[in-house]
Amino acid sequence: MSAAFPSVRAVCRPGSFAGEKRGPPPAAASGKLASGFLGSAWKLRFGALPARRRGSSSVVVAVSDVVKEKKPKRSSSSSSDLLITKEEGLELYEDMVLGRTFEDMCAQMYYRGKMFGFVHLYNGQEAVSTGFIKLLKQEDCVLSHYRDHVHALSKGVSARAVMSELFGKTTGCCRGQGGSMHMFSKEHNLLGGFAFIGEGIPIATGAAFTSKYRREVLKEADCDHVTVAFFGDGTCNNGQFYECLNMAALWKLPIVFVVENNLWAIGMSHLRATSDPQIWKKGPAFGMPGVHVDGMDVLKVREVAKEAIGRARRGEGPTLVECETYRFRGHSLADPDELRDPAEKAHYAARDPIVALKKYILESNLASEAELKAIDKKIDEIIEDAVEFADASPIPPRSQLLENVFADPKGFGIGPDGRYRCEDPKFTEGTAHV
Amino acid sequence: MLSVLRRKAAAAAVGGSDAMLLGGRLRKSCAAAAAGLRGYATAAKEMTVREALNSALDEEMSADPKVFLMGEEVGEYQGAYKVSKGFLPKFGPERVVDTPITEAGFTGIGVGAAYYGLKPVVEFMTFNFAMQAIDHIINSAAKTNYMSAGNISVPIVFRGPNGAAAGVGAQHSQCYAAWYGSCPGLKVLAPYSSEDARGLLKAAIRDPDPVVFLENELMYGERFPVSAEALDSSFCLPIGKAKIEREGKDVTITAFSKMVGLSLEAAEILAKEGITAEVINLLSIRPLDRPTINASVRKTNRLVTVEEGFPQHGVGAEICMSIIEDSFGYLDAPIERITGADVPMPYAANLERMALPQIEDIVRAAKRVCHRSVPMAATA
Repeated sequence: MSAAFPSVRAVCRPGSFAGEKRGPPPAAASGKLASGFLGSAWKLRFGALPARRRGSSSVVVAVSDVVKEKKPKRSSSSSSDLLITKEEGLELYEDMVLGRTFEDMCAQMYYRGKMFGFVHLYNGQEAVSTGFIKLLKQEDCVLSHYRDHVHALSKGVSARAVMSELFGKTTGCCRGQGGSMHMFSKEHNLLGGFAFIGEGIPIATGAAFTSKYRREVLKEADCDHVTVAFFGDGTCNNGQFYECLNMAALWKLPIVFVVENNLWAIGMSHLRATSDPQIWKKGPAFGMPGVHVDGMDVLKVREVAKEAIGRARRGEGPTLVECETYRFRGHSLADPDELRDPAEKAHYAARDPIVALKKYILESNLASEAELKAIDKKIDEIIEDAVEFADASPIPPRSQLLENVFADPKGFGIGPDGRYRCEDPKFTEGTAHV
Repeated sequence: MLSVLRRKAAAAAVGGSDAMLLGGRLRKSCAAAAAGLRGYATAAKEMTVREALNSALDEEMSADPKVFLMGEEVGEYQGAYKVSKGFLPKFGPERVVDTPITEAGFTGIGVGAAYYGLKPVVEFMTFNFAMQAIDHIINSAAKTNYMSAGNISVPIVFRGPNGAAAGVGAQHSQCYAAWYGSCPGLKVLAPYSSEDARGLLKAAIRDPDPVVFLENELMYGERFPVSAEALDSSFCLPIGKAKIEREGKDVTITAFSKMVGLSLEAAEILAKEGITAEVINLLSIRPLDRPTINASVRKTNRLVTVEEGFPQHGVGAEICMSIIEDSFGYLDAPIERITGADVPMPYAANLERMALPQIEDIVRAAKRVCHRSVPMAATA
């Protein structure tokens, strides 16, 4: 794999940036530096900064030029150097459709009372999850927050396991104990699932720390596992975010910080909450590249992801990627979603990532309409099966209440008879009622 | 318009001698009165807890311009649970401050504002999120009057929903009454009914010390009758006084917040079986109204404490010790505590039900203490 964005033409010499204070940064400065403080390369042409975020892709330099060049070609007939192969295209399409169909089914099930509590749906943001996670290996870690169903699915947790978890059944990925906001999977290295925004970022940084530790201290030379942390725009005003940007850059941890900037934190607009809304700029302030990408376009996200994940894998340190995206539904299923401008919603609905990818695939003749429809049908069946499975699964037994509190249940202490309480076989039966 | 005059007079009385403010306040207290009148006309003196909190905050903010509200979604979204509905157009964005998602930061800002002379009301979307800010609540707010020997007092209120909701999982369901209740320098209040909510919130805002005000999400929509006295804008409940919700002579049941409702229902069931339970609504976790609880136990000789939080080091443990210290000789049976299960809150609905006290648990415990005549019962 090439070590840089394909578009790099100029070689970036360390120390050359001091002389480049004026004028537009060279196109090559789009995030491609293997050395030095990448931050200093990102000289902005302040006058050219748009007042609003939309239409900013031409100014913000981080988007891969390959993708930008490709964009006008996309609408014409197939070009010879496509961004993806047919298999990749179908994989991406399938993953995004899986996410979308699953979330739509969640909404139905919630309104029928099968799932409860807080449910936060990911509709519209699929390009980010698919774009990043489909480039990861099983051993790589993913951290998310409460909008985590689709991250779990992309990472490989089965639809059945996620649906059962949402129904609160014992066959769920967390045995019904976690719920919508707390998806965990050791097998797929999905480390959560957190209700508090920002909470996942230090955890992700820790997972990256572990990767590095395993390679350097435990001498596992082939441990090049990468961690990808997903969080939103609201999180970027939280202190933990900055603390971790600092440490990740300081210690060159193999992590990618992915901001899913959907402009809204419940009802709080990003622009009302943030002194400088351009989140990608905060990367260079800490000494890592900050990249902005159109999060409604899975191919662009994938290009950026390839580079960021590659950097991390090669030991070059963290990257901050800001994905401009949008959630089509409200913050949660209980949110009346009254504050967002319908024009804004319509604008982003027109940029539906699944529709865009489908268009690309068809126009590039990568696959036929029939093949895509077959995938749609397959996903529908998977989701229906997941619902049936979840419905048919048993609710957790009473004894499960006290299980998994500790990895070592001796933590429940010594009982009146002098033996550890967990050694009493009737322990979980009797003391559930306090 | 008698009520308008009464409100003006009350507002003036509350505001003291500051005649200049009266003019500005007049407009606002009229608006409040009009809202109150609407309440009279439609609801026949019944109010939900949410409305009670809304009206209390409204009146206090109208009465004192130093009072302001800050928190996530309090302004444009009208409150994550709609407690601050209607406030933004009425008080403006400087007094109803929508914050970014940074509890440590904005709580610190609130405490700093209190140090320097304002009276902030900091809203946490739930008290679980307040854990990100607990350093400021404890170290910057609770301890400061002491550390500064009275130089700096901190007239701040931290409020928000506490305890479990329905199916919201482990990170959204913890009860923090015991944690905050153990900290000197804090006052910790937990209302149950709408009157409690109104009276205690007003008292909290007027109080010169940091107050942790523990509401409950599931109680927001509960409707209660409200006396005419409670609707008055000068209505205040004293901090540190528990309330006997139901009199009885066989067993004392103490509870706070949502558990008061469950205890009252349990008392109904017990009454049918010939056991009259005295239900005490603690109202104030810190300071705990020890005299009231002790007096009740001296009358009934038996005690069941009920709380939603974790058992170890809980509120019930403290009440139990208070009885042992002051009224040990009066006990006819060991004290029972009903608490949440000693596990993080599970998501699955049936497990969640098992992890929280139910009415049957309270009834069973009350019966156990009533039928046990020998204090040193065999280990259960």
